[in-house]
Amino acid sequence: MSSEAHAVEEHAGATVGTNIAIWVGLVAITFLEVFLAYKALEPRLMLTILVMLSVAKAAMIMAWFMHLKFEKFSLVLLLIPATIFCLCMMFIFFYPEAFRLLQMRPH
Amino acid sequence: MHDVKTETVMDSAWSGGKSPFAIGSKKLGMWLFIVSDTLTFSVLLITYSYCRLTNPDWPRPFPIFPAIAFSTTMTIVLLASSLTMVLAVMASQRNDRKKTVMWMVATMVGGLLFTGLHLTEWMNMIFKEGFSITANPEGSPLFGAVFFGITGLHMTHVMIGVIYLGIVAVGYGRGKFSAEDVEVNGLYWHFVDLVWMFVFPMIYLMSVKY
Repeated sequence: MSSEAHAVEEHAGATVGTNIAIWVGLVAITFLEVFLAYKALEPRLMLTILVMLSVAKAAMIMAWFMHLKFEKFSLVLLLIPATIFCLCMMFIFFYPEAFRLLQMRPH
Repeated sequence: MHDVKTETVMDSAWSGGKSPFAIGSKKLGMWLFIVSDTLTFSVLLITYSYCRLTNPDWPRPFPIFPAIAFSTTMTIVLLASSLTMVLAVMASQRNDRKKTVMWMVATMVGGLLFTGLHLTEWMNMIFKEGFSITANPEGSPLFGAVFFGITGLHMTHVMIGVIYLGIVAVGYGRGKFSAEDVEVNGLYWHFVDLVWMFVFPMIYLMSVKY
């Protein structure tokens, strides 16, 4: 077996029923988000909840729709920690520097 | 002649004889592209949040009805197109070319519908409410720049995705592309959906006009 053929050999995935259940879950979370917006929560609390729900939705899409749950764990280790690390770097370096520049602007 | 130790290394996943991630090069390439594009959208969303935090007069231009109801419909359409893409990938793995193409066309219809709804919203904001890249009727003028910048880049991704789907659907229907090509196409489409899962709450739901 060639390496490419070995690489693309079929692996187990979710059933149609599971994928539909995931889709229903995603739609339900979307409506929950809209409901929270309708209830006009305090902005910081609402942002925290919305980001948590969005991360949950992203994880569901990646795990089931994008098959990451069924790939080798080494692929998950290649992709996810690197992305999180880069995002952390952006928050650590971008925000303080941006606010410093803001304080330096002429008034 | 190899000794036992060398043979053990050659048999390992990282020896070069196998794919260490057990996926094809196209799929790995798409995953790496997705990581880089994730960072692009992250920078834009971080910039958006910075602009918003530093401008106390940030506008809240989206009433629950019709703006949020409209963008919720767009979200459901995009999610539905993701489900049809999943069904296309599953059909391609069964080697069912007819159903694969059918589900891919359904995904394209979802993408076009999303774009049509989005453009309708844009036209309404630009021509009826007076929003533009440099100005808007209330609050910080930066709003237009980041709103049209982020949603415009996302809409561009959707349009590219529709074209990509069309090319792969035709190629797969004619037997030129494999099931792996459909799966890689699916990864791109789901990523476009995934980005919207952050754009929708951060840009629309956090800017509801009460």
